[in-house]
Amino acid sequence: MQPVIFGILALVTLGAAVMVVTTRNLLHAALWLILAFLGIAGIFILLHAEFLAVTQVLIYVGAISTLIIFAIMLTRNLMDPRQPRFNSQWGLVAGFAALLFVALAAIATRVAWPVAAADVPADAISRLGADFVGPYVVPFEVASVLLVVAMIGAIIIARERE
Amino acid sequence: MVPLTAYLVLAAALFCIGAFGALARKNAVAVLMGIELMLNAININLVAFWRYTAVSQMAGQLFAIFVITVAAAEAAVGLALFIAIYRQRQTVNVEEIDTMKG
Repeated sequence: MQPVIFGILALVTLGAAVMVVTTRNLLHAALWLILAFLGIAGIFILLHAEFLAVTQVLIYVGAISTLIIFAIMLTRNLMDPRQPRFNSQWGLVAGFAALLFVALAAIATRVAWPVAAADVPADAISRLGADFVGPYVVPFEVASVLLVVAMIGAIIIARERE
Repeated sequence: MVPLTAYLVLAAALFCIGAFGALARKNAVAVLMGIELMLNAININLVAFWRYTAVSQMAGQLFAIFVITVAAAEAAVGLALFIAIYRQRQTVNVEEIDTMKG
């Protein structure tokens, strides 16, 4: 049963991702992006990372996608449907991306990863919280400062000049 | 259980699709969407490795949460920049934003 679910989620995610990068209408691309994020949240659930799946939906679908849609609507020019989507080097980029995928897939399938078939600890979420304020407290505080700085910076940058 | 390599190949494919989007699209917001796809591919990799190799430590999930945090901060600042540029130059076409081109 699990391979079937994984196959469906993988197809949905990759299909949505392809639509994101190829669709002409930018707003449609943002909606396909939301579908891709939801597919990835499903993958996280399959990997027994439930907290991360919920975080993914909350932050990516809830905040970042909304921000992207706002930005699309605030930067609309009237020529939208007639402009070409890709720049002049898209053929080269497609070739490079295909080559990169072949290389990464070859590495991923050939290396003998140290797979250890273990069970997820029952108190995973409390361990996550304990790690945030224990061994990883410095990155945690730095991330908080980063968020404050980003918020202030975004407000100042996007402010109306009087 | 699904083998680890399946998740890694999925993440690699998603990363390459995002890379194509980030490098080949003209609209700046579309480039940002490609970047977000790449960051999500990285997250899939991190969580898959956490699940299959080091489940007892939560470092894999922690790393993924930090990636999400940084991606959110970067998306906010990036989109603020695009809005400011659009206000100034009436375009978010990356080929027309070339004041710093040598």
